[in-house]
Amino acid sequence: MAGSTASDRPAPTERGSWRAPEVVRFPASTSDVRAAYEHPWIVRATHWVTAVALVVLVGSGLQIFTAFPSFGPKIPQEDLFVVPEALRLGGWLAGALMWHFTFMWIFIAAGVAYVGYQLGSGRYRMVLFTPRDVAGVWPMVRHYALRRAKPPVTGPYNALQKLAYTSTILFGVVSVLSGLVLFNPVQFSWLAWLMGGYTRARIWHFIAMCGFLAFIPGHLLMVALHGWKNFVSMLVGWKRDPEYRPE
Amino acid sequence: MESRRGSSSYGKVTRRELIKLAPIAALGAFAVPALQPALLGSGLAFTDWAAARWFRRTHLAPTFAHSEVVAPERFPFNSYAGHDPGIDLEAWRLRVDGLVANPGAYTLEQIRALPRVRQNTRHVCVEGWDVIGSFGGARISDVLALVGADTSARYLAFTCADEYYESLDMATALHPQSLACYEMYESPLERGHGAPLRLSLPTKIGYKSAKYLTTLTVTNVLQGRGYWEDQGYGWFYGL
Repeated sequence: MAGSTASDRPAPTERGSWRAPEVVRFPASTSDVRAAYEHPWIVRATHWVTAVALVVLVGSGLQIFTAFPSFGPKIPQEDLFVVPEALRLGGWLAGALMWHFTFMWIFIAAGVAYVGYQLGSGRYRMVLFTPRDVAGVWPMVRHYALRRAKPPVTGPYNALQKLAYTSTILFGVVSVLSGLVLFNPVQFSWLAWLMGGYTRARIWHFIAMCGFLAFIPGHLLMVALHGWKNFVSMLVGWKRDPEYRPE
Repeated sequence: MESRRGSSSYGKVTRRELIKLAPIAALGAFAVPALQPALLGSGLAFTDWAAARWFRRTHLAPTFAHSEVVAPERFPFNSYAGHDPGIDLEAWRLRVDGLVANPGAYTLEQIRALPRVRQNTRHVCVEGWDVIGSFGGARISDVLALVGADTSARYLAFTCADEYYESLDMATALHPQSLACYEMYESPLERGHGAPLRLSLPTKIGYKSAKYLTTLTVTNVLQGRGYWEDQGYGWFYGL
């Protein structure tokens, strides 16, 4: 509890909390390259598959929305807005539905594989946003938005990152459940009831998409600002000279 | 020397890890226009298969109170070819053939003589809107009994007065809420809604509920899957 090492080492493991990836050297006999294995294959694979699937699902979803761009009644129909054609995928409703009905399975499979792996391996503790992280969000926002000092690093992910990554899982769950209602409202009538009905499920589906659309620019901005090593790490799994454990 | 050896060792490890992601490049096949019809077609077929798998004849579509039904003038027409193919309602017959014991031309009175079911159900359009309407008619299962259909056949194929055509899996045809619908809002069908006889299928997407029915064929082989289905929409599309 003295905290003398708190600024340069992850918090001590307590009650099974996540331990930062171990830093190893290449080759083992010398002290040439220091690197940590951050992202197992399944995490990297599902990350990129999900990225592709999201682009397809949002594009085809906007084309589907164009067939009836409203959350109100059919008569009288009041269109909310027109989605620019460049953002749509599929050409027409049937084409967009094909893309959507194909990639929804890919999206679900990647999501189930990722969440299953995170839960099974215990790695979810590294990214899951819990009430304990609430206090850490504002200092990170202040750091990024108001250019204040960066709070001490206490783990592989800071509170704001945990909030963002955990939110995407929530958006994924909401989009899949509301999508099930839109696809099969009779067979999943209890879910339709839970969503507040068919039309509300359509709104939930849209909100989930907006959640992803809010996350993605911030995510890309962070990678562009100071995430090159993180970007490489999401491709090859290893991060050179990780900042959270100078050793 | 040592540092070069070290870097190459690290490089070898990371290269191997990168190659492990190669299977994801298979998704690039979706970017090839020549492959898209086959890939997206199988995605759609898988989706249809899944919907057919979890369809249950005992799962009823929700029904609604009269107060929840939309006013008749706010129930949309969504006919692709105008609203009226000009059927002579007096001379109209439903011609029935295929795997049936009693093929022939059936009058609307014969269908109206079957037990009438009235239900307020949701009509879900593939465009994304939905509307709760009031439908009345005979159960398709009763029509099939009337014509002596072989219910072990796989499909019902319908043609319509307006060149529309549609087909239906037998399981959905036998669903208790699947109607040969001759009235809406407790009055005879209006021409815009498919007079004199249409389908009302609360467990299917809207375009399956064909209007202006003229023939019914009970069959194991489909000539066409449906007006929209043959242009790329899903065939089963159960709700």
